[in-house]
Amino acid sequence: MQVVCMELSGISKKTVTAREAGLVACTRCTRAWPLGTQVCGRCGARLVSRDVHSLQRVWALWLVGLMCYVPANVYPMLHTQQLFSVDESTIIGGAVELAHHGAYGISAIILIASVVIPLGKFWAIAFLALSVRRHTGFASHRRLVLYEVVEYIGRWSMIDIFVVAILSALVQLKGLAAITPGPAAFFFALSVIFTMLSAQAFDPRMIWDAQTNDDEAPDHG
Amino acid sequence: MRYMPCMSDTVDFSRGPLEALIVCPVCDATYQLQRPKNGEQAVCGRCHKVLIAPRRKAGMQIIAVAIAVVVLILAASVFPFLQISAGGRSNAVSILDAALSFTEGPMLVLALLTAGFILFVPLLRMLLTLYVLVPVVLDRAPARHAIPAFRLSEAMRPWSMAEIFALGCAVALVKVADIATVDFGPAFWMFGVLVVLVIAQDGFMCKWSVWNSLEYPKRR
Repeated sequence: MQVVCMELSGISKKTVTAREAGLVACTRCTRAWPLGTQVCGRCGARLVSRDVHSLQRVWALWLVGLMCYVPANVYPMLHTQQLFSVDESTIIGGAVELAHHGAYGISAIILIASVVIPLGKFWAIAFLALSVRRHTGFASHRRLVLYEVVEYIGRWSMIDIFVVAILSALVQLKGLAAITPGPAAFFFALSVIFTMLSAQAFDPRMIWDAQTNDDEAPDHG
Repeated sequence: MRYMPCMSDTVDFSRGPLEALIVCPVCDATYQLQRPKNGEQAVCGRCHKVLIAPRRKAGMQIIAVAIAVVVLILAASVFPFLQISAGGRSNAVSILDAALSFTEGPMLVLALLTAGFILFVPLLRMLLTLYVLVPVVLDRAPARHAIPAFRLSEAMRPWSMAEIFALGCAVALVKVADIATVDFGPAFWMFGVLVVLVIAQDGFMCKWSVWNSLEYPKRR
């Protein structure tokens, strides 16, 4: 595939941002408007040069997500009723049990989707939000990769909810075995939704502003 | 990789025509618009975000795929999806059953969310895509409210989780396998095809081209 790079090939390698050019960009349809325009004339999105209040939203949603993540791990995710035994398993308990049965692959998928990814996301969003304010020495490109990974991978945590939904609909064999969802499913779904919203609230353009400030004022360490 | 010069740093952006500019939504870098040929991509020089990626006949392909997906979603949600049997007892469920399995108290919210993520959001996105793209591809004037329709469709993109549900099925099957035998219903295979189509379609769609053709319907 041919790639056209929208890059300046001239002498200067400095990128001009819309803000520096006295413009405000529509992040939805990439159209440029004079600074101060409120609404994009092409797609109708609200225009903000830098969404400075976005960090408050990011932190608020992040906190709600984290608060939901705690009961999601404490309460049982599945009630399994098999003949005479009733078994309640939490997210981690269920994964450990699967590993005991020898299903290491599935156990790994569940542990990654429900423990590693959510925790990694909490860390990554917090790190990105903090790095906008403070100098971290972590290059913009790497922070952008982190942001894109968070945006892309966050949705996949919902897999555990879908597994619970399929299992509890499917395994309804009267008297033999029945699976019902536990309260953790509810909190886990909320946690995933709120962290997704938190990641979406983050304005990635601020990643680059921090770098520009670094370039201009190298003394501030 | 081919690099094309498209901007000099002496351009006064505030005076030139603004529609001749394109701004990277991720890093705010501003460029003189340089439309790539079909099959090429225009990429932001700073953050490497793909800005424009037109493809020949993309519109027709997207419409075809969207129609197929709508049919598949409707069919897959009604026909039996999976069936298990053990000790003479069996249970068959459709996708709608699976989504609506959370029925107690606050779990009902979860049921509605699940049904939304795996059925209604993908379905609505496809219908909106058809509504927006059919007039554009046929070189007609854009449909009424095409702009908010496309905006809604784009806003729903991360909440369309059919492919995640598909992987969830695989995990659930392994968990069930030692309790009971599992049979696949017709909807299972339809859903498999659907997931492939949804992923393929995301690759065809060039958002910039759609916005541009909604802004200048006749220039295409």
